Amino acid sequence: MPTSPSEPAAPTADVVVVGAGPAGLAAATAAGARGARVALVDAGTAPGGQYWRHPATARLGSVDPPGVDEDALARLHHGLKDYRRLLDLLERQVGAGTTRYLSQHHAWAVEQYGETFTVHAIDRSGPTERTVPVTGHRLVLAPGAYDRQVPFPGWTLPGVLTAGGAQALLKGNGVAAGSRVVVAGTGPFLLPVAAGLATAGADVVGVHEASMARAWLRHSGAVLRNANKLGEGLGYATTLARHRVPVRSRSVLVAAHGTDRLEAVTVARATADGTVPGSEQRLDCDTLAVGWGFTPQLELPLELGCETRIDTDGSLVCVVDDDQQTSVPGVLVAGEACGVGGAVLALVEGAIAGAAAAGVPVTDVRLRRQRTTLASFAAAMHRAHPVPAGWTDRVTGDTVVCRCEEVTAGRLRQSVDAGATDARAAKLTARPGMGWCQGRVCGYATACLTSAWSGTPYRPELAATRPVAAPVTFGTLVVRGQHESGDRADP
Amino acid sequence: MSGSTDRQGSDAVVVGAGIVGAACAYYASRAGLSVTVLERGTVGSGTTSRGEGNILVSDKAPGPELDLALWSRALWGELGGELGTDAIELDEKGGLVVATTALDPLLAFADGQRAAGVEAVPVPSGGLRDLEPHLAADLPGGVHYPQDLQVQPVLAAAALVRAAQSRGARLEQGVEVTGVERDGSGAVTAVLASGRRFPTRTVVNAAGTWGSEVAERLGGPVPVLPRRGFILVTEPLPRVVRHKVYSADYVENVASSDAGLETSVVVEGTRGGSVLVGASRERVGFDTAMSVDVVRRLATQAVRLFPFLADVALMRLYRGFRPYCPDHLPVIGADPRVPGLVHACGHEGAGIGLAPATGRLVTQQLTGQQYGVDPQPFSPSRFAEVPA
Amino acid sequence: MSAPTTITFDGHEIPFLPGQTVGAALTAAGIRSWRTTRVEGRPRGLFCGIGVCFDCLIVADDRPNQRACLLLAQNGMRLASQEGTGRAHLTV
Repeated sequence: MPTSPSEPAAPTADVVVVGAGPAGLAAATAAGARGARVALVDAGTAPGGQYWRHPATARLGSVDPPGVDEDALARLHHGLKDYRRLLDLLERQVGAGTTRYLSQHHAWAVEQYGETFTVHAIDRSGPTERTVPVTGHRLVLAPGAYDRQVPFPGWTLPGVLTAGGAQALLKGNGVAAGSRVVVAGTGPFLLPVAAGLATAGADVVGVHEASMARAWLRHSGAVLRNANKLGEGLGYATTLARHRVPVRSRSVLVAAHGTDRLEAVTVARATADGTVPGSEQRLDCDTLAVGWGFTPQLELPLELGCETRIDTDGSLVCVVDDDQQTSVPGVLVAGEACGVGGAVLALVEGAIAGAAAAGVPVTDVRLRRQRTTLASFAAAMHRAHPVPAGWTDRVTGDTVVCRCEEVTAGRLRQSVDAGATDARAAKLTARPGMGWCQGRVCGYATACLTSAWSGTPYRPELAATRPVAAPVTFGTLVVRGQHESGDRADP
Repeated sequence: MSGSTDRQGSDAVVVGAGIVGAACAYYASRAGLSVTVLERGTVGSGTTSRGEGNILVSDKAPGPELDLALWSRALWGELGGELGTDAIELDEKGGLVVATTALDPLLAFADGQRAAGVEAVPVPSGGLRDLEPHLAADLPGGVHYPQDLQVQPVLAAAALVRAAQSRGARLEQGVEVTGVERDGSGAVTAVLASGRRFPTRTVVNAAGTWGSEVAERLGGPVPVLPRRGFILVTEPLPRVVRHKVYSADYVENVASSDAGLETSVVVEGTRGGSVLVGASRERVGFDTAMSVDVVRRLATQAVRLFPFLADVALMRLYRGFRPYCPDHLPVIGADPRVPGLVHACGHEGAGIGLAPATGRLVTQQLTGQQYGVDPQPFSPSRFAEVPA
Repeated sequence: MSAPTTITFDGHEIPFLPGQTVGAALTAAGIRSWRTTRVEGRPRGLFCGIGVCFDCLIVADDRPNQRACLLLAQNGMRLASQEGTGRAHLTV
């Protein structure tokens, strides 16, 4: 233990991995296989992240599960072979004492002291919460992503969920998000969400995809190199056809309606930058699962000063080299945080990152080629499924932009017109992003709207840092047995 | 547009649209001067947006800074009327300084302040919770300062600039000063910024924590150094803290030159609902890195004063760099080395509070009006070496 | 499958299966909102479902601001709607 709070804890690991989704699991096992002492820090109650989300009490593929219907769950999950393989490896490393798996540990801050890194995590595994430092020589960050959202009239009505939220209800809980469900937005993720809901017995009114059908055909080179992903897509299409769920493309979600809960949505025929006047169609429903792609959780790499760029899909992502190394030596990033690209790419990047972090970079050329192929497929899908241009025009003065602080588009516009010409200035004057979610939901929209209304460049990075990566109570932060006031540390 | 000259020219070019630059623009334009404000970011995007909006007389010992602060506090009252208290979220909440160990030093300090014109009302231990029901029950006592105010600094800076613009002042955002043009006698004739030329006979250095960098570029160096501070922000709460409440050792820390970490807690509510917890002081250059150590110390001290905070979430934090001069006084006034250069920076943690008085002093200097307080202690001459 | 156990929401019994979150249990019971926003008093429930949006805040066993999408249901847990900050009792 350190003798004073201002000393870093002595490193207890060679490699600290944050996140136990596909990328994190791949990194932790790759590093462990190369002899590194690993600490795997994950907020969840079970490994798997979002992609392999399952109830903590269930074990995917186990024989006699309590609680939720395991078979149904298993049918929802792809790549289960990969999951089980990684879990086996992890369990062996933990059993051998070379890896610590810190489950229910939510990283809330990260620091660098010279050449060591300390992740501060809230430990929720015990009766009382406490903050623990996890220190290592290398840091692999695999924090994953969450649904990107854009505001539209009525989107704050109960019954409106993100596509990821609908999927989490199903995969993690065996619960269908509603009885009469519209699935809308853009992106390949809409299909598995709709298929899952249909299989679970919900009446899926329709899937409304804003982009053109088979828009990815324009990027056919990348797609043909990923023929197996085509097969996956066809599987969902078959399921939806079997349940007679209409799948419409070039159909964009325009608004949600209801008084205190969702009652209907409006979709319309999409054009290049708007909708066809008069093409609006009202669909009665009690649930809307809406998704416009994903956006990474970047708090930890940003706090360390990692260089970022804007990816093909408009998301702020980390810049990494061929070994997943960021611009900060010793910090590596794998998975969605360096470019949203799905679980298989995350597995490959995690393996490369874990190997590099352990000091034994991957030499398998096929793995590196796979990374390139999958990344180009991801880029093609991004280009095929952009957030539909024209959403900014469909936002009315009353439309809530920041859900937490209830900041309307009208209020935000006032601020921008008065001189708040970038995302940070808008945040300081109109307060979007100042609530509980700290701009995770409204950050993209605020940056887009501010840029559009003031004619300035789109700069999401200006309001993206969050040194407090997760809320933590003051009580958890209190240092026991220390003098209370006027403390002086050694300079 | 590179190489373009601002055809109109101005009586004064103000560098920096933080709270001090905004106040300079406001008062100068009110006195009939034509003003152009050059800001490399957006209004209030520097240290102005990194503090708590403190307008305090309570934390100052008798001396020139307290005199400036008393005058400035009165001016804030007037600005509330002129700009609208709601528009700038000006709150006459008052300050409550509590002793956590010995009470006598605080009472003695307050006696001295009272003699200098500060309203300072001692509060016995039993009376503290009448003023602040959530305070810990075992504090020895405190002093109530009814004159302390809080304001939303970015809104205030924006309102000051807008009012100046309504009197003809111009604001240029995204423009960074690179130098000055001077005539044969060494007097300023234009300010150069982002490839453009702004003719003027007066340039006001209101660049806050970057005041020394700008001063260098303008030919009249002054030593302004950064002192890092963190502010913790809680989850949204109903009104739980009525005043600006801080522990008595805050005063000692403000005046200290120690490079090491000093923390002494300041707790107050905001209109948005979150409670703000400060204040830390460190000389670490412009290092923005997170410090869990600082955060935990502040949290510990905050819970000591307000036990209910133990269950309240830290939702976010922000950090900034107070601009301070080695003698802990701001630098305000004409630079003897560069005719036309006027400094208005180095206000450390009191920039918001001292901004109106600074704006008035600068305007009085430019227009030959009588000074509201003696400007000599703030003069840049104290840093100017006699030219060879 | 084991017998369903219950939690209560504003006094009403809600069944759940072990491993489910309170948000899932409420959704399965047809309940879509359990809090009102602090400025406009508008109803909110689940949105992102994975703990990022903080819209689904609920009071659980007298503790406000619990994310219903993350909080695992436990037999006997008492849930209550949250009004605004959930801390009205602290107001001075």
